[in-house]
Amino acid sequence: MGEIVLSEVKKSFGGVSIIQGIDLTIDDGEFAVFVGPSGCGKSTLLRLIAGLEDTSSGTISIDGHDATHLPPARRGLAMVFQSYALYPHMSVRKNIAFPLRMAGVPKDEQERKVEAAAKVLNLTPYLDRRPGQLSGGQRQRVAIGRAIVREPSAFLFDEPLSNLDAALRVSMRQEISELHRSLKTTMIYVTHDQVEAMTMANKIVVLNAGRIEQVGSPLELYKSPANLFVAGFIGSPKMNFIAGAEAAKHGVHTIGVRPEHIAIAADGPWKGVVGLAEHLGSDTFLKVQVDGIGPLTVRAGGEVGLNYGDTVGLAPQAGKLHRFDEGGRAVAG
Amino acid sequence: MSRAVSTRRKAVVTALAWGVGLVIFFPILWTVLTSFKTEGEAINAHPSFLFFDWTLENYHTVNERSDYLAHFWNSVVIALGSTLIGLLIAIPAAWSMAFVPGKRTKDLLMWMLSTKMMPAVGVLVPIYLLARDTGLLDSKTGLVIVLTLVNLPIIVWMLYTYFKEIPGEILEAARMDGASLGSEILYVLTPMAVPGIASTLLLNVILAWNESFWTLNLTAANSAPLTAFIASYSSPEGLFYAKLSAASTMAIAPILILGWFSQKQLVRGLTFGAVK
Amino acid sequence: MATQASQTASRLMLSPAVLLLFLWMIVPLGMTIYFSFLRFNLLMPGTEAFTGFENYVYFFTDPAFWPALANTLTLVLGVLVITVIGGVALAVLLDQPMWGQGIVRVLVIAPFFVMPSVSALVWKNMLMNPVNGLFAAFARGLGLEPFDFFADAPLASIIVIVAWQWLPFATLILLTAMQSLDREQMEAAEMDGAGPFWRFLHLTVPHLTRATTVVVLIQTIFLLSVFAEILVTTNGGPGTASTTLTFLVYMQSMLQFDVGLGSAGGIVAVILANIVAIFLMRMIGRNLEA
Repeated sequence: MGEIVLSEVKKSFGGVSIIQGIDLTIDDGEFAVFVGPSGCGKSTLLRLIAGLEDTSSGTISIDGHDATHLPPARRGLAMVFQSYALYPHMSVRKNIAFPLRMAGVPKDEQERKVEAAAKVLNLTPYLDRRPGQLSGGQRQRVAIGRAIVREPSAFLFDEPLSNLDAALRVSMRQEISELHRSLKTTMIYVTHDQVEAMTMANKIVVLNAGRIEQVGSPLELYKSPANLFVAGFIGSPKMNFIAGAEAAKHGVHTIGVRPEHIAIAADGPWKGVVGLAEHLGSDTFLKVQVDGIGPLTVRAGGEVGLNYGDTVGLAPQAGKLHRFDEGGRAVAG
Repeated sequence: MSRAVSTRRKAVVTALAWGVGLVIFFPILWTVLTSFKTEGEAINAHPSFLFFDWTLENYHTVNERSDYLAHFWNSVVIALGSTLIGLLIAIPAAWSMAFVPGKRTKDLLMWMLSTKMMPAVGVLVPIYLLARDTGLLDSKTGLVIVLTLVNLPIIVWMLYTYFKEIPGEILEAARMDGASLGSEILYVLTPMAVPGIASTLLLNVILAWNESFWTLNLTAANSAPLTAFIASYSSPEGLFYAKLSAASTMAIAPILILGWFSQKQLVRGLTFGAVK
Repeated sequence: MATQASQTASRLMLSPAVLLLFLWMIVPLGMTIYFSFLRFNLLMPGTEAFTGFENYVYFFTDPAFWPALANTLTLVLGVLVITVIGGVALAVLLDQPMWGQGIVRVLVIAPFFVMPSVSALVWKNMLMNPVNGLFAAFARGLGLEPFDFFADAPLASIIVIVAWQWLPFATLILLTAMQSLDREQMEAAEMDGAGPFWRFLHLTVPHLTRATTVVVLIQTIFLLSVFAEILVTTNGGPGTASTTLTFLVYMQSMLQFDVGLGSAGGIVAVILANIVAIFLMRMIGRNLEA
């Protein structure tokens, strides 16, 4: 129904290899998020699945059928673009109906489906407006409506929230999650924002330089990152990495500890001076210059009365230390 | 933020600009005025500017000579025909170059432009002979073909610069929505590009209307457009100024009006997008 | 970057335009080159024969050739100088705040839309005619002898007519460029104490360089093939006083029916235009990347 399997998928543009061999299975009904820094190939991978680009080699199968060489229209997928890509010369109604019109669906059925989609997305009052007369969030919903009416086997989202302001982003994020819960259709969602990935996904695919670094549920990635890249990418603020003598004590090349796993304790093994203190009320973020280790970010819950220049003792929580070998791979234990 | 400008300075600038503007416009104004004069008044040794007996007689005379209307019609057919055919060929080409650019797209555009730079006189003889041997000499069809080819590079270029401004994602969305290539161009691209296509049409009608090398060299009596018709006034002298003015006024009026509407596009079209 | 299918479609849709333009370029040009090596006169059919470079030799040694080349260059340079200087001046003027700017703009642009044969006829008969023209009437009004423009200064007269036609083009493009000038930069310079003349020289002029280059190159392409204005006014005369290369080739092929000689001249014109074209293409190519 919506299972997408990539095997050995590669893509290069004019000799430059963008996707370097991807094997991935996205199960039916899953919410998969492709996340990674810009240029990691996540959008290209999505476009390969959509059929907007050809694979250089490898196969893509959708619902058990080989779709590698099918044109986008025949893959049964729907896509929501970063710029929304609404047709500016058509009303909202016509925008949403466009895929149905292309599929030759009878007029009255088109109308019925458009009305239904509009109702779900709270767009009914705007059906006869042009996209130019809508706000960013409304445009986003029209783009989603256009995708819904096709009843696709999977939805593809290409950084759909990056053009919205922060507050709207949060509410649209929830709307898309709710949509997924009610439709139960496979969704693939591309973003560079690890918060979006953590909050929405069942399965996160972390990409870097055209390769998959790790695949897993949000908490799996948080708790046991497979390597330095994933460890640094997932979680905010970033995990602290410590190399050198301190790491050698643990018998590895690098150790990592998340800011929220460092406790402020006068008798802690690490001593340092507060360089910067950000008081958010709910949390306090400290940049601490630790003797013999370097700067560490510390996240303390609630209000902590520390300021620039104060001396603190820090203690990493037991069992929350991540250990990495010379190649950056996580070392178990 | 508008800057405060003294009224005096503004008045001086206004007077100067209007003065210069009227001097530049004067030959056209004078032609229009003369077209309402009698032939005698037109060559009066003491020409009068506005205070003469206004008459429409010249327009009647020029219109009664049925050939004026025939030439006018030839101009319309040739200008519109060559532009429309040009658009039909150029829209798909511009689509290709704007949305599926390849490594050689730029070279291709440059090459198209280079055909525009070949001086007409360099190919006058063969085109003349080809037209003669295919029976297209002095025919509207022949001129439509030639002017289509002459202006095709400009049409492609203009459309290309307009198409480039349409985000490719919208066309991809259409593709995802199940549109075939034809539907994509017909239902999505073309309606979005209507302003650009209209400007292109306008500018090319103007260029084709005023084209004066091929229209003079490839036509005789039958298919001569207004450029050739007016040029035929060059030999006789004397008592014909008023009629010449009336014919000239009618020849330039439609294009002058179109031209005023398309000032902005003109810059973009004629500089191949280098100045916007 | 796209799929194989869309690239195939792209090639398919591009090919009619490319094919037509290719034919339009290569067939006549090939024929011209071929003819230029033939003795070929339309009045003497059947006498065609290969003559090598004879036509070129004739063309270059034609007493009209050097005057025609000189006239062509004078015409092009004369019109360029007038239109660029006049265009910058007009653009600066029209960029000032004033009443009725839109109307003045319309007045200034108008000549560009007048077909060449009309403007040539209007100038020739109604303005410059030594007996009935308006200038003659003015001269008489001032007690001067009317000047016979086309007899005494044929090339200069044609330059004036052509410059009148192209001044609007230069003005319009320079004005458009001027309006894209960064106002904040101007205001910053003013805050820094720069006078209007300094600002014009160091901010406006460099900003207009690119537009001016475009004006010069595009006009050159069109000016090299000025035709109707000469045909209607002087027919290249008196003598060769206003014959340009284009007009010379026209006379040889269309009036003397000497296809071979005309073709050789045509090729010379093509080469000349190509030298200009190379500069133009470089220029536009650079802007394409920007």
